[in-house]
Amino acid sequence: METHGEESAMQTIEEQLRGVPARIRRERWIRRFFFGAAATSVVISVAIVASLVGEAWTFISNVDLPLLRSIGWFPRRGLYDISTLFAGTILVAGIAMLVAAPLGLGSALYLSEYASPRTRRLLKPVIEVLAGIPSVVLGFFALTFITPTVLKAVFGDAVGGFNMLAAGIGVGILTIPLVASVTEDALRAVPRVLREASYGLGASRMTTSVRVVVPAAVSGVVASLILAFSRAVGETMVVAIAAGATGGSLFSWDPLTNGQTMTAAMAALAIGSDRVRGDDYAFQSLFFLGLLLFGVTLILNVTSERFVRRVRQKY
Amino acid sequence: MNAAAMRTAPDSVARALTTRRRDFKGTLFTVVLLGSLVVAMAILGTLLFTVISGSLPVWRSRGVGEFVGSQMSADPEVAGIWQAFYGSLLLMVFTAVIALPTGIAAAIYLEEYASDTRFTRIVNANIRNLAGVPSIVYGLLGLALFVKLLGGITGPEVHGRSVIAGGLTLGLLVLPIVIITTAEALRAVPTSIREGAVGVGATPWQTIRHHVLPVAAPGVLTGTILSLGRAFGEAAPLLLVGGITTFFSTGDSNLIETLQGRFSAMPVLVFSWSRLPQEGFRALTAALIVVMLIVLLLINGTAIFLRNRFEKGVRT
Repeated sequence: METHGEESAMQTIEEQLRGVPARIRRERWIRRFFFGAAATSVVISVAIVASLVGEAWTFISNVDLPLLRSIGWFPRRGLYDISTLFAGTILVAGIAMLVAAPLGLGSALYLSEYASPRTRRLLKPVIEVLAGIPSVVLGFFALTFITPTVLKAVFGDAVGGFNMLAAGIGVGILTIPLVASVTEDALRAVPRVLREASYGLGASRMTTSVRVVVPAAVSGVVASLILAFSRAVGETMVVAIAAGATGGSLFSWDPLTNGQTMTAAMAALAIGSDRVRGDDYAFQSLFFLGLLLFGVTLILNVTSERFVRRVRQKY
Repeated sequence: MNAAAMRTAPDSVARALTTRRRDFKGTLFTVVLLGSLVVAMAILGTLLFTVISGSLPVWRSRGVGEFVGSQMSADPEVAGIWQAFYGSLLLMVFTAVIALPTGIAAAIYLEEYASDTRFTRIVNANIRNLAGVPSIVYGLLGLALFVKLLGGITGPEVHGRSVIAGGLTLGLLVLPIVIITTAEALRAVPTSIREGAVGVGATPWQTIRHHVLPVAAPGVLTGTILSLGRAFGEAAPLLLVGGITTFFSTGDSNLIETLQGRFSAMPVLVFSWSRLPQEGFRALTAALIVVMLIVLLLINGTAIFLRNRFEKGVRT
């Protein structure tokens, strides 16, 4: 009797340790559910690439390749000069960097190296609020303030109502917070001992910032600039609103006239996409541009992340 | 030579230690750095000032309720933003329903369940890359998938250019951001809390449900609500999946019909109005932007309010 009871007790303990089958099954299903959710992100990536490549291939295989090199980008007339859009994109992103790099880096350096905790609490929200402004709002601002009030005063009548310069400045304002926040994170990741060692040698605050902290965090600074460039390349609405040119644009490097970037050309095509169902391939060109844009931003983002990781590994 | 150096050295040292020279370069540098912040602040101020002062005529002549409640129109005298306002709210709800559960669940898997396998690393890298894809590319995905391919389901009457297509597109757009912010919040939960739960015999799900999530809730909520704010301001993907830029009617329809019907959104309307040549639309656009910024303020304010409330709750 006694041994039997012991045996059954042993058995129940063993059973208990093994766990309740229903509970184990339930846990397994819960785990599978979460796994499924995580896997959707991969599905999305595959869907993006698949949807882009399919139509882009139709475009490439049906369009006469000489049409990719002509006087400008006029998809509804069958002229698909990609270099026009590349020029526009580089122009706008370049102007944006001229605005965002000094302001973003300066703000980050001040917030991280100079500001007291109190000033920081006071000034940091400015950058955060700026980051929350939707891009259409900056497009409106570029069109109704930067162009008529600022640019007309500087360039006079040489500047058009729609122009690439205002669009570039607008995109630049949009990317200031990005540069500032990524750079500030990198600067704050630099260990304090480096600063203290520098002060200990009698260096001033400026020397410490410029010669010690910034070089130590240079990977992060570069990463922020690449990331901002990538964001500027992918920004649509500011250019679509402030740079005009809906039907198409001639090849030009002049920032004072209207023009298009890759993204703005896509937005312009999309507005009229009901009309572009002829035998031309304007609809497919949309996806071709999308694929180019996807590739360019992917390369930039991956490069930027390499740099960010380098900072993290160092400290 | 040597002796001369010996003699001058104490002098220069003494001079350096006693006389206070003003560090002009240093001061100038500080001013320049502070200047860049001031310029950023000035830009923000100018932006808000132009938009608000530009919108004043509309508030004076039309009133808030009349402007928000009127239908969209090509006539600046009577044009309102009702469809866009309603459409934006509808899209936000739809986006939240799609992206929040999926995103939070994905983050839970990656942070709580997944071990460091090749697959996990690929998924993580993939999510970071998805977060950097330009929004207009998501518009292309929505156009190909929800408008062209699944148009029969998402909006049979309107060639797929429906609220469902727009909401799904925005949902996919914010999903990576939701995953990243949620994962960050989960990572901030101390491991000791999980060990405590497992130590008293809790299953993985019980650990997550009763111990990890309550602690992570403030961070998760704030992050996800802020990402919805981002979806709210997006125009580019909605242009591609067919956000209406002019006039359309919203008759009596039930929920399914509304979701399968045409839509507009406030950012899309900003885009189309700001390009119209009539002077009257300038003020209307400014007024529309003010409404947008107020809604954004409410969204972000809610996020901050919830975070403060929850944080108090956990501490006591």
